[in-house]
Amino acid sequence: MSKGWYLAIALLVILAVVLALAVWQPSIPAADLAKRHSFSPELVERGKVLAGIGNCETCHTITADKPYAGGVEFPSPFGSLYSTNISPHPEDGIGRWPREAFVRAMREGVSREGAHLYPAFPYTHYKNITDEDLDALYAYFMTREPVAHTPPSNNLSFPFNLRFLQWGWKLLFFDPDPWQPDPGRSEQWNRGAYLAKGLGHCSACHTPRNFMQAEKKNRAYAGALVDNWYATALDESQPVPVHWDTDSLYQYLRSGTSNYHGVAVGSMGEVVHRGLRQAPDSDIRALASYMESLSADRRNTGNPRQLAAETITAAQQRAHSEHGAGEALYVSACASCHYNDPQHPLAARAELSLNSAVTADDPTNLLRVVIEGVGTGAGTPILVMPGFSTLSDENLVELADFLRRRSNLPPWKNLQQRIGELRELHRQSQHSATGKAGE
Amino acid sequence: MPTEFKINARPVTVDVPDDTPLLWVIRDDLGYTGTKFGCGIGLCGACTVHVNGRATRSCITPVKDVANSVVTTIEGLAEKGHPLLETWVEAQTPQCGYCQPGQIMQAAAMLRDFPAPTDEQINQVMSGNLCRCMAYVRIREAIRMAARRMQAGSARPQEADHA
Repeated sequence: MSKGWYLAIALLVILAVVLALAVWQPSIPAADLAKRHSFSPELVERGKVLAGIGNCETCHTITADKPYAGGVEFPSPFGSLYSTNISPHPEDGIGRWPREAFVRAMREGVSREGAHLYPAFPYTHYKNITDEDLDALYAYFMTREPVAHTPPSNNLSFPFNLRFLQWGWKLLFFDPDPWQPDPGRSEQWNRGAYLAKGLGHCSACHTPRNFMQAEKKNRAYAGALVDNWYATALDESQPVPVHWDTDSLYQYLRSGTSNYHGVAVGSMGEVVHRGLRQAPDSDIRALASYMESLSADRRNTGNPRQLAAETITAAQQRAHSEHGAGEALYVSACASCHYNDPQHPLAARAELSLNSAVTADDPTNLLRVVIEGVGTGAGTPILVMPGFSTLSDENLVELADFLRRRSNLPPWKNLQQRIGELRELHRQSQHSATGKAGE
Repeated sequence: MPTEFKINARPVTVDVPDDTPLLWVIRDDLGYTGTKFGCGIGLCGACTVHVNGRATRSCITPVKDVANSVVTTIEGLAEKGHPLLETWVEAQTPQCGYCQPGQIMQAAAMLRDFPAPTDEQINQVMSGNLCRCMAYVRIREAIRMAARRMQAGSARPQEADHA
């Protein structure tokens, strides 16, 4: 072999060693169980509020009797991931994790044992959480009930099942530097930005992702389909007839309803009613202030009340001029609850010409609500809407088309196919619910 | 899984499959037969009851969806009293009567959102409640009468909305 070959091999070996060293993360020794933690009740309470804002429960809990025990499935194009047990159980959970390991997982996406975590766990946002808030979260989780439960193993296809490749993903898509406050903005805005970009990880759902499942930086908050709910656009591209202002955002994030925009159901219903419920008013106001700034270009486009009245009146007039099947269905099935006085649309009568389920570019939210309905557990607790799964596919298409025309919007494409998929999803969820009831 | 809710101010727990229609539970398990079965697909309004004070088609509402809610049927409305029940008689509204409990429940819910409804509003909101006897003119009249009576300050009916 020539000298050149030896050199090439030597270089390759060196490269491999350097790479391995870069990828490799040390295991952090397990904490001594005998040394019990003592946390002040105030710290634990603060952690509880923060865990609410982070909505940790939704992703890490399947049933109420196993809080934070993980096992929630996250389907991806590469296979399924399952959330982990983050209760302080010593074997199944994070009971043996010292604070150092917890902080590393939150900020760098590395488990105590040194394995790279998948970005379904939003360490990409949690890196922005302050030391004090991480202390409180750690105190909160370490004082939960330890739950013995081993979630299913991830079911990813090769090569995505190789965790060390996540190092490469991080190299490409993860900026470990935490977000810095903007001194040019108000304290309230900065608080809101901190909560949204960190613990709240709002853009994890509301920003479309690229083929490697990283958020598209240039399309922040442009809306995305997640877990078969459409997380609406929050940037200036959002197609809402009445712009969000800080008051309507506050009302929505606090109560789950906004007279001019709709009602939080599905994943966002959980965020509002299970997560943000814990947060103080000042934090909700701060979030509203930050969220409002995302669509600042649309600000002052008119008096919201007047805009709403004009939109509703126009929609009602368009509806009257039709006598098709879609309108007939709307009159029989929808109007009794959804008709509004243009001057006083009520949140409880979700106005469909203003509602993001109708105005969004994606039909998923409207179709799911029509097919599945909204129970007390799914949306705003006092509002119940029955599902109309008894309507035929053809009727559902007619109804959706009618609602889009009524709002003077172009028809959605591929409705038939989407209806089929969402019906199947509904069937499966009913099937699993019945299965559970029989246990 | 058993579902708990209140019906006509009475707390109940029913142990039926989660997807059982509320209408079946109301009529067969709880014995309130005032609420009627019409089309079974939420398109005629005969089965209308109140869930947390809002008109809801009970034939397509799975019972698990009303967990921890307050359900009111025509019997509950009658117990509390409601101007609609008087004006319905005065205007001689019912013909065969089958759709009437649903009509009255829908109208009662409407009068909360639209205390002084225009004919247009009555038509829009009541359009999902069918009456095969075509009593629509007198249904509208009874609603107008009740609205006037309630506006005139006679006691606004109190109904427990929330659990």
